[in-house]
Amino acid sequence: MASEHTEAATGEAGASDETDRTSGGSGSAEDEYNAFLTREGIERSADGPLSNMRVAVKDNISTEGIETTCGSAMLADYVPPYDATVVTRLKGAGATIVGKTNMDEFGMGGTTETSAFGPTENPRAPGRVAGGSSGGSAAAVAAGLADAALGSDTGGSIRNPAAFCGVVGLKPTYGLVSRYGLVAYANSLEQIGPIAPTVEEAGEVLDVIAGPDDRDATTCPPADHGSETDSGDDTADSENAGGEQPDGSYADAATGDVEGTTIGVLADLVDGADEAVVDAFERSIDALEDQGATIEAVSLESIDHALAAYYVIAMGEASSNLARFDGVRYGPSPAEDDGESERGGDWNEAYARVREAGFGEEVKRRVLLGTYALSAGYHDKYYAKAQDARTWVKRDFEAAFEDVDVLASPTMPVIPPKVGERIDDPLRLYLMDANTVPVNLANLPAVSVPAVETPGSRHDDDSEGHDNDGRENQNLPVGVQFIGRAFDEAGILRVASALD
Amino acid sequence: MSDESTNDGATNEGTAADTTGEDVTAEDVTAEDVRHVAGLARVDLDDDEVDRFTEQFGAILEYFETLDDVPETDAEPDLVNVLRADETREGLRQAEALRNAPETEDGYFKGPRVS
Repeated sequence: MASEHTEAATGEAGASDETDRTSGGSGSAEDEYNAFLTREGIERSADGPLSNMRVAVKDNISTEGIETTCGSAMLADYVPPYDATVVTRLKGAGATIVGKTNMDEFGMGGTTETSAFGPTENPRAPGRVAGGSSGGSAAAVAAGLADAALGSDTGGSIRNPAAFCGVVGLKPTYGLVSRYGLVAYANSLEQIGPIAPTVEEAGEVLDVIAGPDDRDATTCPPADHGSETDSGDDTADSENAGGEQPDGSYADAATGDVEGTTIGVLADLVDGADEAVVDAFERSIDALEDQGATIEAVSLESIDHALAAYYVIAMGEASSNLARFDGVRYGPSPAEDDGESERGGDWNEAYARVREAGFGEEVKRRVLLGTYALSAGYHDKYYAKAQDARTWVKRDFEAAFEDVDVLASPTMPVIPPKVGERIDDPLRLYLMDANTVPVNLANLPAVSVPAVETPGSRHDDDSEGHDNDGRENQNLPVGVQFIGRAFDEAGILRVASALD
Repeated sequence: MSDESTNDGATNEGTAADTTGEDVTAEDVTAEDVRHVAGLARVDLDDDEVDRFTEQFGAILEYFETLDDVPETDAEPDLVNVLRADETREGLRQAEALRNAPETEDGYFKGPRVS
């Protein structure tokens, strides 16, 4: 009965022997973009809402019996003994999992170039990066190798590659989706979310993965979602309260109706963007205004400090989280690098050798900077101030949402860089995240959708007669980001669907 | 490693701040500082990495100093205890837990020598 879904799963129960770390295995279409690290079908085991969907899963999300490398040599051979909650839910919904996708090592990067297994190329912009860190997931969807994918977003890692590859990517409100089984990078910032060709399909996946999980104590029950807009607190005790999924589902929220919606444009984030990005963004905002939305300019005083605050917090959490990789429970053996099983030196020296061998340069950079920012004499200067900034950013967003329903900005301030163009300048790479990280600091939901008349947009198909003069990078993808109130995923999906 | 790097205000032995003075500015990051932090983080670095990191950390930490302008805020964290019934439930079997370890012995993880 599942025969039409098994083309990638030739081995039935022995499917785990069919692993193909490189490309094009198992009778599937060729992976010419290095989107996958493991191509392996998990035959669907149930019928459900995703029975017709082939879903790719980022390689930092645990899959029982299937390698989960985090794009790192440290975990090159790691095989989790359990499934992440989101994977359990995908399987239960009938999805066919087609493989594990390439990513920046441990999620640390915005181009998928820090992967220990080579960069992912952009299917919609040849020679350019797919974005990151969930670059393999976005590229797999853009290339049609998967119908949807899961990514994780710590500071933009779903929205960035979605924007660069011309697909839709949603970072949920902190606490909407379980992180159980996600290999941690910066726990207080990250969420798992969907990447898909359309807003509606992203909503279909979110419908399946969202919801409380007693294995992740930071997930919130729907009754706590406290949307300020609809359903008052007095209904919060009833079974259907909380407004988690208005009209029954997130997919159903993709109505394309923006009549009467007030959209605040984050002027500071538009000003810093490339001309080609600004052009595509403004055309999209104009399209929304034409469809009945009200547009307002919004300025957040705190936003200039968001990027520095984000990196201090993310690196600090990373330095602690990645302490577990010491070559004892997993990873390369402390003895492997020199072939001596009883080499001299204490265990700290053995750990340091394993971590030198197992971590790539960007991971080392962040672990060291995080260690530095948390060390005696610097904790107050960096980490405490970053937490102050985080609170400030949260309050600025809350104030803005008193006047507008949704906030908008370009997802990325730049067009996709060429492979190799930026990787040698870490600070310049970090600056690419300016528009995405404020959302993670504020725990809010945000979605990236292709701008009108850019690759991946449905409007792109009928734009042939458009006047392209003066649009130098007209053929490169540009993403528009919509940010919502906490747990108002339905609101941002509705507005985003007006563009796709 | 994190017991040293995430100390909660108590003084700690020999950090970069102690050796170079409290009002050090980011541009003053030295190779010695990088090696010291790498030691705290238990990551060996080769000489080229030390050189690159010394230069890059100066620029990155200088950028982080923009946080000096952030006003103090009174954070009111909306934290709640999340509890569950204290009931046993199925966990990993020993063989599953040991499966990824490079070395095991008699059902235990085998680590490097302590001294």
